[in-house]
Amino acid sequence: MQSRSIEISVGAFILLGIVALSFLVIQVSGLTFADARRDTYQLSAQFNTVAGLAPRAKVMVAGVTIGRVTEIHIDPVSVRAVVDMAIDKNVDYLTADSIASIKTAGVLGEQYVSIAVGASEDILKGGDRIRDTQSAMILEDLIGKFVTNFGDKK
Amino acid sequence: MLSYLQRLGRTGLDVAAGFGRAGILLAQAVWGPIDWRYGPGLLLRQLHFVGVYSLIIIVVSGVLIGMVLALQGYTVLVRFGAESALGQMVSLTLLRELGPVVAALLFAGRAGSALTAEIGLMKTTEQLAAMEMIGVDPLRRVARPRLLAGIIAMPILAQVFNMVAILGAVGVGVSWLGVDAGSFWSNMQQSVELGEDVMNGVIKAFAFGVVVTWIAVFEGFDAEPTPEGISTATTRTVVYSSLAVLAMDFLLTAIMFGVD
Repeated sequence: MQSRSIEISVGAFILLGIVALSFLVIQVSGLTFADARRDTYQLSAQFNTVAGLAPRAKVMVAGVTIGRVTEIHIDPVSVRAVVDMAIDKNVDYLTADSIASIKTAGVLGEQYVSIAVGASEDILKGGDRIRDTQSAMILEDLIGKFVTNFGDKK
Repeated sequence: MLSYLQRLGRTGLDVAAGFGRAGILLAQAVWGPIDWRYGPGLLLRQLHFVGVYSLIIIVVSGVLIGMVLALQGYTVLVRFGAESALGQMVSLTLLRELGPVVAALLFAGRAGSALTAEIGLMKTTEQLAAMEMIGVDPLRRVARPRLLAGIIAMPILAQVFNMVAILGAVGVGVSWLGVDAGSFWSNMQQSVELGEDVMNGVIKAFAFGVVVTWIAVFEGFDAEPTPEGISTATTRTVVYSSLAVLAMDFLLTAIMFGVD
């Protein structure tokens, strides 16, 4: 009888552990895997500067996340930053004349790549490059320009 | 001068010998043939003793820590108007660091000390020697089920701790302080990743479980067979396993979340 109650309480204990783990997996993490995401295809874009953009940053169209930045490296020939992005497979409306720009969410927010879709007939495929880009706005540069302009006028 | 050097040398040798004995104990307890005669009964009894009895302290401290985290986080975040990031802050703190570490510290105090005292008393009353006399290996009969039970129970306890702490934070943050429930959960779900955060927390808890029960069982077997010896061994279990948990936590954090 006593061993029965021990077995029951241990069973309940293990069950509680499973409940806790599934709570953490489903409710807390919302089941987001870091790498094992849905099917994606690769796009890349060259920027003069990516200042602050990091791998795993979001790629957005009209504020909706459609992919993630996978890698940022330097192109040794043009010495510009190359940003590789993994875009969801079901996104098939990025035209060849789309413009990629690096923006900041809020004043102190994280940086993301925003893609403005153009009007061309050609659709970007895996491995293609977005040609039109706008680089990140660097706050320090802006302040620097503002201060020098301000000084000149006087 | 030479005598100081000698004392230093002796301490060093003692420490090394202690590590050696602990390693031999673990190896002998874990490896070697499994004795099916005992069945799962021994392990179940230890799981009950180590796991179920620790549940109350884990749940109560989990709820309280979650509530405190939410309250403190709220007072800081509300200054920047960022109180919707409360869920993210609380859950990441808990999953990555606080959950496994605090659960392991409580586990060392609640279960580890009891294990050491129990085995130490067995040794003092010569039960272990008696077992050897009748041909039962005390390492397999006594140490193995306790080690296994601790290693199984610790990750479970840590996840229970995380769950109730997050629920406690929801209680304070959402129900009392009025953070929007939707942004609380969605911010949390956006920032918490299954592999990076939840699973690394489980791995941490597992590692702490191994270390804490190992130290507890070893100190029990290594205790001097006197009442004093048992009390020093129990103290040592709590002190050593707390230090080991904190040191290992730093190492594991550096490996898991450190600079890539």
